[in-house]
Amino acid sequence: MPSFVIEEKCDGCKGGDKTACMYICPNDLMVLDVDRMKAFNMEPDMCWECYNCVKICPTQAIEVRGYADFTPLGASVVPMRGTEDIMWTVKFRGGTIKRFKFPIRTTPEGQAKPDGGFGVGPGKLDDQLLFTEPASLKADKLWTLGD
Amino acid sequence: MMQEFKTVEVTTDLLIIGPGMAGCGACVEGAHWAKENNVKITVVDKAAMERSGAVAMGLSAINQYQGENTPVDYLSYVRQDLMGLCRDDLVMDISRHVNGTVHMFEGFGLPIWKDPDGNYVHEGRWQLMINGESYKAIVAEAAKNAIGMDNIIERVFVVQLLLDKNDKSRVAGAIGFSTRDPEIYVFKFKACIVCAGGAVHVFRPRSTGEGLGRAWYPPWNAGSSSYLTTTAGAEMTSQEVVFIPGRFKDGYGPVGAWFLLFKASATSATGFNYMAEGLAEGGELHNWPPYGKVKPIPTCLRNHLMMIEMYQKGDGPIFIHTDKAIAKLAEKAPDEKTYKKELKKLEAEAWEDFLDMTISQAILWASKDVFPEEGPSEIMPSEPYFIGSHSGASGAWVSGPEDIQTDGSKNEYFWGYNRMTTVKGLFAAGDGVGVSSHKFSSGSFTEGRIAAKAAVKFCVENPDMPEADGAEVEKLKEQILLPLKVYEEHKGYTTLGTATKKYDLPVEEVNPNYITPKMVMFRLNKIMDEYVAGWGSQYNCSSITLNIALDLLKLLKEDLSKLAARNLHELMRCWENIHRVQIAEAHTRHKLFREETRWPGYYYRSDFKKIDEDKWGKVFVNSVYDAEKDEFTMLTRPIIHLVDIKEVVGM
Repeated sequence: MPSFVIEEKCDGCKGGDKTACMYICPNDLMVLDVDRMKAFNMEPDMCWECYNCVKICPTQAIEVRGYADFTPLGASVVPMRGTEDIMWTVKFRGGTIKRFKFPIRTTPEGQAKPDGGFGVGPGKLDDQLLFTEPASLKADKLWTLGD
Repeated sequence: MMQEFKTVEVTTDLLIIGPGMAGCGACVEGAHWAKENNVKITVVDKAAMERSGAVAMGLSAINQYQGENTPVDYLSYVRQDLMGLCRDDLVMDISRHVNGTVHMFEGFGLPIWKDPDGNYVHEGRWQLMINGESYKAIVAEAAKNAIGMDNIIERVFVVQLLLDKNDKSRVAGAIGFSTRDPEIYVFKFKACIVCAGGAVHVFRPRSTGEGLGRAWYPPWNAGSSSYLTTTAGAEMTSQEVVFIPGRFKDGYGPVGAWFLLFKASATSATGFNYMAEGLAEGGELHNWPPYGKVKPIPTCLRNHLMMIEMYQKGDGPIFIHTDKAIAKLAEKAPDEKTYKKELKKLEAEAWEDFLDMTISQAILWASKDVFPEEGPSEIMPSEPYFIGSHSGASGAWVSGPEDIQTDGSKNEYFWGYNRMTTVKGLFAAGDGVGVSSHKFSSGSFTEGRIAAKAAVKFCVENPDMPEADGAEVEKLKEQILLPLKVYEEHKGYTTLGTATKKYDLPVEEVNPNYITPKMVMFRLNKIMDEYVAGWGSQYNCSSITLNIALDLLKLLKEDLSKLAARNLHELMRCWENIHRVQIAEAHTRHKLFREETRWPGYYYRSDFKKIDEDKWGKVFVNSVYDAEKDEFTMLTRPIIHLVDIKEVVGM
C-alpha cells in the first residue's frame, strides 16, 4: 500500500495536535487512530508515492511499498533527509544496493528571502517591472515588443 | 448525527487560491506591492503549502529559462509545439520575466547545477538541471516569509466563487470548507487569483488497482482552477487541448534528461527509428504541415509517431535505449579510469532524475532489477491531462500585458489588468491560464507574480468592497454539506455502514440511495476513456461518441446530488469529483466543436482526420458557461501574431 506505517515505530507524534505525516500529506491521506496513537494511510490507491510523509516522519516509521498492481515485491527506496542533503538507499529485488547523496538546498532552513537577494527595484504599480527587476534579470532593462 | 458546522468568515482584499508554484509567485510579488499600497493578502491551500501542488515531490529540472535567448525565440518554440495555438502576448510576457525568477530561486537556496566555469548546466536550450528535492519547500518558504504566517490558511478546500450581487460580472468572494474540522469558510474580497492546478483522473489512468494514484501529474489536482473560473462565468479557452506525456511505462518517470541530456534514442519494438523516419522525406510528419515539417517535432506529433507503431503497426512497445546512450557518453573518456568515473557520474545523474521527482520509477526499476546501462526500457503514452502549463493549453481566457500588443491585438487581448479573466477581479495563473503553454514551474511562478501585481493594482483602483448575496451563501453552505447529509439519511438502509462499522476502512458501500465519490470518479473515467479519446479507445473519438458521452455526463451530473461522504476527507473527494465532471463536460463540448484533428497524438477526431488550417488554424475555441441555465456557449477568438517568426528555435 504505497506509503505504510510500521506499527512498532510509530508513536503518533505524541504531544502534537496532529502527526507530522498528517501535516504534510498533499493528498490528505494520513490519519491518526487516536485510540492506538498510530498513524495510517487511509486511501493507499490515491497515494502518489511522493514520499513527503516518509521524509518528515520523526521516528522513521513510514516506508513505501511499490504499487502492488505492477511492482514486484522485495525492493525498497529509503531516504534520509537532512538540512543540506538527502541520502537515498536503493535496494534492488536481486540484492544490489546503491546509495546516492544529493544536495537539497544552499541556504539555512527558514532563510529564503523573498527578493532572492536582489533587493527592490525602481518599478511602479503602473509599469511592467516586477519588484526585483531589472536586477534579478541580470539585464539592464525589461524586454518589450519591438526590442 | 451529522456534526454541527460553524462558519468562519475571512475578509481580505486579495485571496490567493492554491499556493503551488504560481500561487507562491503571487505571494512573493504580491506581498511587496500590497505593503506599498496597504492591501491585505490572504492565501488558502487545500494542503500544506510546504509540499502542495504539482511540485510537491520535487523536480529534477527547471524547464523554462531563457538565458541569452529572446522572448521571440521562445515564442517560436511554443507556437510550433502547440501546432500554432498560442497567445503571443502571454507567452512572451512570461518569457521576458522568467530569468529573474530563476535567479531568485537560486537566491532562495535552490541548488542549480553549474559547470566548472560557474555557468548553469543546460539539459536542453531552455532547461536547467537542478538538485530539486526541496524545490517546493524552498519556494514556499520564500512565499511564507513574504506573506506572513498569519495570512496563510491551510487544509481549506475552496469549492466555489461568489459573485457580487449588484454586478454579476464581478467576483466578490469564495466558499469552501476545512478538510480537518467541521468549518465552512466564507471569504470576502475585492479580487482573487485562481491558481489551483490542472486536472488529473478525469480520464482513466493506465493503472486502476493500487496504482490508481500513480498518475504523471498529482492526483490532488482535480480541475479546481477550471471549475472555479468556469462556474463564475469566466470565458475559458482551448479546453479541448489535453496533454499526454510519453513517459517510462507504469512509473511515469521523466524522459527529458534521457532524451535531451543523455541523447537517448527511441525505437519501436523491432528497432524502427520512428522519429528520424517520420522527419525524413515522405515521412509521416509531412502529413501535418506546416508544423510537422519543422524541428523540434511538436510533442503531440512525437506521441503520434509512437501511437502509429503501437496501435497501427502493432510494433510495440516503444523502447528508449538508455544503455546505448550511456555507453556513447562514457566512451568519450580518454582512459579506463576516467571511463569508470564518468559512468558512475552518469548513473547517479540518471537515478537522481527519478529520485527528485518520480520516486515510484526508482522503486519500479529496483524491483525489476533494471539497470539502465544494461538494457533499454519501455516508454508509453499516458492518459490525457488538463494543464495550462507544459504542452497543454486549457484554462481561463485572460487579459495580456498592455505593452506586448499591436493595434490589432489590443482590442482582443487586453482589458485593463494583466491575467484578469473576463470576470472583474478574478485573476488566474499557472495551470489556471490557457494558451500560455510551456511555462512549467518557473514560468508558473512568474505568471503568479505578474497576476499578483496586477491584482493589487485592481484592489487599489477598485476600493469598494463588492457584496456577496447572503441567501446564495446560505444555499451554498447546504449544498457543500449535502453529501454528509445524504449519507446520514440513508446509511441505515443496507447492511454495510451500520453504527458498528469502521468507516475509515477503504470499503465502498452499496446503497441504492447514494453513490460514493470514488464510484463517481470511476464512472467519469469510463465515460471519458471510452467515448472521449482516452487510452482505452486508442485516443479516438467522433461526433457520435462525443454525443454519447454528453448524454452519459448529463446522467452523471444529475447523480452528483446523491454523492455521499462518510467524513470530511470524503467530502473533499466529493467536491473534487464535482470539479472533475465540470471540466470533463467542457472538454467534450470543445472537442465536438473543433471539427478537425489538430493534435494527433493527443486525440483523433475519426470523422475529421486531418488538420484544417484554413478553418481552424487561425482561431482559439472558447466557451462561456451560464451556471443558472447550465448551458455552454461556444465561440471562437482570433489568433493574432504579434511578431513574424522566420525560424523556429529548437530545444
